[in-house]
Amino acid sequence: MKNRTLSELSQLLRDREVSSVELAEYYLERIGRVGPELNSFISVTGEQALSQAAEADRLIAAGQAGPLTGLPIAHKDIFCTQGVRTSCGSKMLDNFIAPYDATVVEKMQQSGVVMLGKTNMDEYAMGSSNENSHYGPVSNPWNRETVPGGSSGGSAAAVAARLVPAATGTDTGGSIRQPAALCGITGLKPTYGRVSRWGMIAFASSLDQGGPMTQSAEDAAMMLNAMAGFDPKDSTSMEREVPDYTATLNESLEGVRIGLPKEYFSEGLDSGIGKVVEEAIEEYRKMGAEIVEIELPNSGLAVPTYYVLAPAECSSNLSRYDGVRYGYRCEDPKNLEDLYKRSRGEGFGAEVKRRIMIGAYVLSAGYYDAYYLKAQRLRRLISEDFHNAFEKVDVIMGPVTPTTAFRQGEKSDNPVTMYLSDIYTIAVNLAGLPGMSIPAGFSDGMPVGLQLIGNHFDESRLLNLAHRYQQTTDWHRQMPEGVE
Amino acid sequence: MSLEKTDIEKIAHLARLAIDEAAIPGYAEDLSGILSLVEEMNAVDTDGVEPLAHPHDADQRLRDDLVTEENQREHLQQNAPQVDAGLFLVPKVIE
Repeated sequence: MKNRTLSELSQLLRDREVSSVELAEYYLERIGRVGPELNSFISVTGEQALSQAAEADRLIAAGQAGPLTGLPIAHKDIFCTQGVRTSCGSKMLDNFIAPYDATVVEKMQQSGVVMLGKTNMDEYAMGSSNENSHYGPVSNPWNRETVPGGSSGGSAAAVAARLVPAATGTDTGGSIRQPAALCGITGLKPTYGRVSRWGMIAFASSLDQGGPMTQSAEDAAMMLNAMAGFDPKDSTSMEREVPDYTATLNESLEGVRIGLPKEYFSEGLDSGIGKVVEEAIEEYRKMGAEIVEIELPNSGLAVPTYYVLAPAECSSNLSRYDGVRYGYRCEDPKNLEDLYKRSRGEGFGAEVKRRIMIGAYVLSAGYYDAYYLKAQRLRRLISEDFHNAFEKVDVIMGPVTPTTAFRQGEKSDNPVTMYLSDIYTIAVNLAGLPGMSIPAGFSDGMPVGLQLIGNHFDESRLLNLAHRYQQTTDWHRQMPEGVE
Repeated sequence: MSLEKTDIEKIAHLARLAIDEAAIPGYAEDLSGILSLVEEMNAVDTDGVEPLAHPHDADQRLRDDLVTEENQREHLQQNAPQVDAGLFLVPKVIE
């Protein structure tokens, strides 16, 4: 049962082989037993899940079920869920009960899914290892001594260990794709503006985007069908029609042009990963795709550019946490300034404070042009590189990460070393493009992801390419041991 | 760029963050390291390049200035650390 995808479970529900309540009970038992070892959940919402499942069973019995009705999922704890604690992995919001649902949560609920709980994450989505959570680190189910990646590390570990068949995540610089790669699951970051950010706690608003984390591309397509769409409540949501992402999964790959950026296969890439990625590309060649070498000359500047823009936006967004209206408040404030400073100083963890300070610094008088405007100019050059590449190719492919999952504690002492684990994912966010990670094999027993990057709003093509690959390979069906 | 103790104190004040005295050298080192990474940006000449603020180079949509939300004060104040008579309480500001 546990290795079933959403689409398989959906069929079982429709054939009355299993009920939604039985599914919820089955996965809640797994979460209760295996979940604590991995620390992948912050909150488990069992009671609510069972009542949602009972309602789903009524809809199924009445013949009113959609493809997602009755399927269990988990939400990253960055999405506001009415009446349920929404901590964002932070002490600051440890006591925060969201007063409303995020648009993504509402849309998923309307599609009939059953929420089993909220997954662990790096505090405010700032991190690449899930070691920055107030609720403790998450273990990678493939090797408990290594990290699951971040910031959506709880969602990735939970799906990899099949504690839940699918989950939501968010991606500001790689936070869906990098943990998906390190845990051997499928993750999709949609085009900026494709999925509503309303009720998704803000980190860097010009980069943040929510998306599905699943076992297969087909499941990602099913979930994106429910998640995507225009939302008047998000001022950056794009007014674009949403295609049926499941309708084009089987299109032929004959003549599809795949670009390989030479910068993504240079020094710094682990040879084991390079080999897996090359074998995956070879598989695409066999399916009829044309492989073209391309250049993204400014890609080396993506990490420095990102570490100006993301902290600047974070510094501005997180100024709302003042200890007055909601969230953590310090004991016995002496005056208003002391209340602000100590509530924030005690409520935020070290990495969040570092980024707020970097942001405050680069935006401060006298430094704005040299840092912030400079970074915005580079952002255009990085974006134009992709624009030029998409004149020649339909999709770009490469590695997701320079190495497989690293050991807990290995990079936590040096922020810059940690930041460099996102070198292949960050440029995609700067350019607002859709990106995907799919399991493509193993290196020394640890999962390796293949990255697919598409042009704006070309999620259908990414899902089509990922699905065809998953029809001829079974990397996405591999499960870690010890999660029986 | 190497940041000194006084720089960290100034930035922490700007960001309204209380930082333990003992943690300042660590922050100075970490932030200096991050700024060194960031300064790699200077390798490229960007004269004449327009800054890009939005990934689709789009303007943000405006809406009509209409009241669309109901008053939910009590509901929303359930998360507040301290309220009285519908007001958020903070330490005395005026003597």
